[in-house]
Amino acid sequence: MHKTQDNRAWFLILPVVLLVAFSAVIPLMTVVNYSVQDIFGPGQRYLIGLEWFRETLRDPEVHRAFLRQIAFSGIVLAIEIPLGVLVALGLPRVGWKSSLAIVILALPLLIPFNVVGTIWQLYARPEIGFFGRVINDLGIVFNYTADPVSAWVTIVAMDVWHWTPLVALLAFAGLRSIPDAYYQAARIDGASRVAIFRYIELPKMRSVLTIAVLLRFMDSFMIYAEPFVVTGGGPGSSTTFLSIRLVNMAVGQFDLGPAAAFSLLYFLMILLVSYVFYTILQRISAQ
Amino acid sequence: MAQIVIDSLRHSYDGNLSNPDALALKQIDLTWEDGRAYALLGPSGCGKSSMLNIISGLVRQTSGRILFDGTDVSDMPTEKRNIAQVFQFPVLYDTMTVEQNLAFPLKNRRLPADEIRRRVADVAEMLELGPLLKKRAAGLGAAEKQKISLGRGLVRSDVAAVLFDEPLTVIDPHVKFELRRKLKLLHEELGLTLIYVTHDQSEALTLADEVVVMAEGEVMQAGTPEELYERPSHTFVGNFIGSPGMNFIPCRADGERLAFSGGSLPLPPALSRKIVSGQSLKIAIRPQHLRHGQPRTERIAAQLVELLPRGDSYVADLRIGETAVAMRVPDDAELPSGELGVTFPPKHTLLYADDRLIGDLDA
Amino acid sequence: MTMITHTSAQPRTGMAALLKGNVLNSRAAGPVLLGLYLSFQMLPIYWLVRMSLMQPGDIMSSSAFLPKAPSFDNYKTIFTDPAWYMSYVNSLSYVVLNVIITLSVALPAAYAFSRYKFIGDKHVFFWLFTNRMAPPAVFLLPFFQLYSAVGLFDTPLAVALAHCLFNVPLAVWILEGFMSGVPREIDETAYLDGYSFPRFFLTVFLPLVRAGIGVTAFFCFMFSWVELLLAKTLTSVEAKPIVVAMTRTVSASGLDWGLLAAAGVLTILPGAAVIYFVRNYIAKGFALGRV
Repeated sequence: MHKTQDNRAWFLILPVVLLVAFSAVIPLMTVVNYSVQDIFGPGQRYLIGLEWFRETLRDPEVHRAFLRQIAFSGIVLAIEIPLGVLVALGLPRVGWKSSLAIVILALPLLIPFNVVGTIWQLYARPEIGFFGRVINDLGIVFNYTADPVSAWVTIVAMDVWHWTPLVALLAFAGLRSIPDAYYQAARIDGASRVAIFRYIELPKMRSVLTIAVLLRFMDSFMIYAEPFVVTGGGPGSSTTFLSIRLVNMAVGQFDLGPAAAFSLLYFLMILLVSYVFYTILQRISAQ
Repeated sequence: MAQIVIDSLRHSYDGNLSNPDALALKQIDLTWEDGRAYALLGPSGCGKSSMLNIISGLVRQTSGRILFDGTDVSDMPTEKRNIAQVFQFPVLYDTMTVEQNLAFPLKNRRLPADEIRRRVADVAEMLELGPLLKKRAAGLGAAEKQKISLGRGLVRSDVAAVLFDEPLTVIDPHVKFELRRKLKLLHEELGLTLIYVTHDQSEALTLADEVVVMAEGEVMQAGTPEELYERPSHTFVGNFIGSPGMNFIPCRADGERLAFSGGSLPLPPALSRKIVSGQSLKIAIRPQHLRHGQPRTERIAAQLVELLPRGDSYVADLRIGETAVAMRVPDDAELPSGELGVTFPPKHTLLYADDRLIGDLDA
Repeated sequence: MTMITHTSAQPRTGMAALLKGNVLNSRAAGPVLLGLYLSFQMLPIYWLVRMSLMQPGDIMSSSAFLPKAPSFDNYKTIFTDPAWYMSYVNSLSYVVLNVIITLSVALPAAYAFSRYKFIGDKHVFFWLFTNRMAPPAVFLLPFFQLYSAVGLFDTPLAVALAHCLFNVPLAVWILEGFMSGVPREIDETAYLDGYSFPRFFLTVFLPLVRAGIGVTAFFCFMFSWVELLLAKTLTSVEAKPIVVAMTRTVSASGLDWGLLAAAGVLTILPGAAVIYFVRNYIAKGFALGRV
């Protein structure tokens, strides 16, 4: 598309800019404001520079939350991406079966986050939940309120259940865009199913998979409601991820200054790691 | 290479043969001889791609048989049929080098490594891909990519036929000429059976030993380019082949003459006997064969409407009676103007009854 | 060429192919495994439905797969108690508001990005994109203060506006993609024909991108409907959405699992309906790779 140079286009984007500025810039300014002040009470504010930032960076609780978050994001990405691709490979391409499969597949994506948490809260209970009961019947001790491992398993299973469909639908769209002729040529060449996947399907899915990885990483890094409804961050703080920690600080303990500093660092973290991820993925697909 | 016989082929994509209008292929009986180059020519939707895919096994025909050297391969999967197919756009394995692309069909058939290397080198030389062997296939131009697609077919020694589905569609015009020439050379060198689908008649007429013209799921005519040009068996073929297409003048038999709007021509008795009453008759002649300005011959009056320059010649848009007729005028001949008399050389003037050729006017 | 069906002479029935020992190549492996996966996916939802049809006492005591003494009592409660059904109304209000606002501002902006170059265009686009990367948790307190300050606290409008933070960048991105698929010649022809910009945009251009508008509306609906944190922070009593009403139920003593489950099921229904209506466009929308 040839674009013409015309600064009057600003009028067209002004509503968007104003709206997002209102929604983002002003609040961010507030956060920056709090992050460099110490508030003892109304009217008693002292500018303390980067003290909160230093404190946050030194806080062992924050470190632990960060490590848990990295572990969580890593695990769910490692499961959801391959699983999503596999599901996409199995989806029928046309016909009523395709529509039906897509509708069922997409269902978890439209469930409010806290309801996702509620579903799994019930589902994984040892006595009245199907999942919990079946596992306990198999002889494995499983109780997500008492045991950190069980809590992690529950939350990971929940996230995989919740978000694999997104990866699957993206991968499916990528697969559908491959022209028939490639499959036909592969058949003529006598290629096995695995070879077709490796040499035709996977390369052609690169761009959608990049988007899937980026999206899943970002969203898993920001996760709040689902794990909070199931475990509340526990047992203890074993499932306290970054967002949960932040909300605890801001709402629960009213430490506005440290919470603000943490917020900014959190945001920066996501931007940075997203950027790194993006560059790596671009490099891989350019090869 | 093999002889391919198509026996009583009928095909419908929804498997239902009862509705004649829904059939992609109506009734095809055709033999493709071993080692000859064929062009499968026709307008879009005529069924030529369907036919190709049925021969290669990518589509299974609804009824009828396909025989390779006498064996019925209708139930044989594509991989076993030893067919190579080149598609409309280059189909490559982007992540592989040119060499790996060419070696792929052989690796899947588990040939020994040095045999693979040898055949790949042979084919690469044939197609002038030698210097590109180590390069990644993805970065090359469309013409090279199509050569690689072709190479993947040629690299298998047991290939029965090479099928082309409008392969030069994405190639630049000046490169097309080169590739066509290369294909013809390869055909002569390797003795391949080629089936080349196209809607471009000049491509078909230059490449092929024989041309099969299809329309609406049926074979209209199969023959050498000369036969199709000089003796089209159906008005469709006469119209489709040649640019501009054949002229058709509706007429009726009137004793010893054929009468039409604007004049009449002598009707030889032998031809007259072939006419059955009730048939719609048409006189046909190619624009190239019409003559004007010839004294001492029977001439038909024509009105010049427009003279169109066509590079090395002109096409005169004429009116005979109520019929529009095109005439080709070479550059060095005298240009017509206004009213003129045109001559219909009997040997090149054909008669069609109900759109089928029944003879020419040469007694 | 897309009419070519992959029919060939391989054994079509799954068992025959499976018995040939070639599981990966068998045609049945795909549908069977997919069927298994989808069943596993529906299990937790089924479990929720099962609970919604049972009374609290039965829930604690019965561990049968099928619901014991199923009844619609929990649903009746929800439909008759204003506190419950109004919260659904509140949720729907802000979601619909959000879709309307987002589309209204994103459509012209997407058009601008699609057709024009202007000072700062790449930077603005990138800046919009970074807002999608902002953790909602960061905005809790500032939003609370901001919306209280402008008097919008506890209104659907507040939540709708707050959700614009991440929906608008997404909308601009998706719409720009669809709009770039419409050739400029159409714009130029319309201007030559004497259309004014608003008339051209509304009567000529928008109908051409209605698939894009549909896809965008779907994603905006989706992201707004499922969000919890901001919806919770910006509402209290008047505009309490269902997602909050449910969490309040959990924190109150005397957990009524059946009622909670019923409320949950009712939150899934709008989503299911929406997916059903756009099912043919989902693949298309994802195909742009622009979620």
